[in-house]
Amino acid sequence: MVEEPAATVGVLALQGDVLEHEAALREVGAAVRRVRRPSDLAGIEGLVLPGGESTTLSKLLDSSGLFAPIAEAVAEGLPTFGTCAGLILLAAKVEDGRPDQRSFAALDCTVRRNGYGPQRFSFEGVAEPVDALLGAETGPLPAVFIRAPLVTEVWGDAEVLAREGQDGGGAPVVLRQRQVLGATFHPELTSDRRVHRLFMDMVRAAAGRSPGAR
Amino acid sequence: MTTADAGRETGTFKVKRGLADMLRGGVIMDVVDAQQAKIAEDAGAVSVMALERVPADIRREGGVARMSDPALIEGIQQAVTIPVMAKARIGHFAEAQVLQALGVDYVDESEVLTPADEAYHIDKWAFTVPFVCGATNLGEALRRLSEGAAMIRSKGEAGTGNIVEAVRHLRSIVGDIRRLTQADSAELYGWAKELRAPIGLVQEIAETGSLPVPLFCAGGIATPADASLVMQLGAEAVFVGSGIFKSEDPARRARAIVEATTHFADAEYVAKVSRGLGEAMRGEELSELGERLADRGW
Repeated sequence: MVEEPAATVGVLALQGDVLEHEAALREVGAAVRRVRRPSDLAGIEGLVLPGGESTTLSKLLDSSGLFAPIAEAVAEGLPTFGTCAGLILLAAKVEDGRPDQRSFAALDCTVRRNGYGPQRFSFEGVAEPVDALLGAETGPLPAVFIRAPLVTEVWGDAEVLAREGQDGGGAPVVLRQRQVLGATFHPELTSDRRVHRLFMDMVRAAAGRSPGAR
Repeated sequence: MTTADAGRETGTFKVKRGLADMLRGGVIMDVVDAQQAKIAEDAGAVSVMALERVPADIRREGGVARMSDPALIEGIQQAVTIPVMAKARIGHFAEAQVLQALGVDYVDESEVLTPADEAYHIDKWAFTVPFVCGATNLGEALRRLSEGAAMIRSKGEAGTGNIVEAVRHLRSIVGDIRRLTQADSAELYGWAKELRAPIGLVQEIAETGSLPVPLFCAGGIATPADASLVMQLGAEAVFVGSGIFKSEDPARRARAIVEATTHFADAEYVAKVSRGLGEAMRGEELSELGERLADRGW
């Protein structure tokens, strides 16, 4: 059997934890491309918005000429996955952000920036899957929250895939809306690859590829 | 120090280092008050560093340089949404405790301030807040890591606007890491002795080819091309001190340095943002300096 070439996933590489996402994506079978300018978007089958500082990323997206083409690609159904700051860039509403902060408004939710407080309240905890997509029966996901955004409201087409805490009674921490996936924590900083695998399934499905080995 | 509450563990090394990871590719700017902090955030800084005087002024005015007034730090925290760092004197764990109590996001145990202890750096494992420390070479970096630092910055020579020391320190750290990866297992013990660093860390670096925490660069960055230079030499982010607020047009220069740090490998982009920034800080020739700040700490 001829092996299908790996799906190419772009990682927005303006600022943030790009390296960790690249390593995680390679582990789940993606070919990775760094996205720094509009021409880097050509031919990618998925896009990751990494953790970083959302205000900085928002400015650099504008100055690099990437905001409009990414907004268009996301609206046209390019599978897109954002963690932490990346999720803030995808959220429909942002509380405690800057008035000039840009968003792709692709996830029907409200997030509060630094919703858990300053760095001394950053923590390692767990995210409990509440949806079969993340394997509800396979136990909690280890989750690193770093000055994390807090999802305060979810509506419309956004589905909650995981919540914070052992009992799954906490705030939503993984959300999906059609081709868009977001996590308030950093799955790329742990070795549990369930969230990145789910994203690659979304990428392969959108590109009409066969599901990858799991 | 880690504490667990309702399944949430704070202050772990992963959480401390994690914030440094999130700052990679960004610019951390020295600010003395809320107004400068606002300018820095508007320009796209990933974080601001609160201190009572920028290094160029500390150098010119002399006297003892200490932690900032808590009221100024709080003013900065209220003015911006990005992480706020603040400097404590080397060995001054009480200043660090105050900064932790204020809720700063990172403490810089910094040679730019007047050292408080001639023998010991702060035991950084005893804190929930993460620490960044300066280093002029790999041995110094590893000693700071063994004390619990979660980010290393090459020291350079703060307040000079002269990049030569930053380049020297960065090349020394990156070069020795490269040489370690070529050493055999017996030679690593000699390296540990020479570097005056724990053998475990030396072995880990020989194996991975990089520090276990992000390596940033500080001390002398004054232009977009300076930022591009140190990023190409292996820095993962830059600290800019006097270089911004001692220049003619701080807002514009700050924005240009942010863009050059992101697009450091794209010379056309760096050229584009470098045009017409007005005068850079005047800067100092190293041979005309009295005390070197980089010599503080060991």
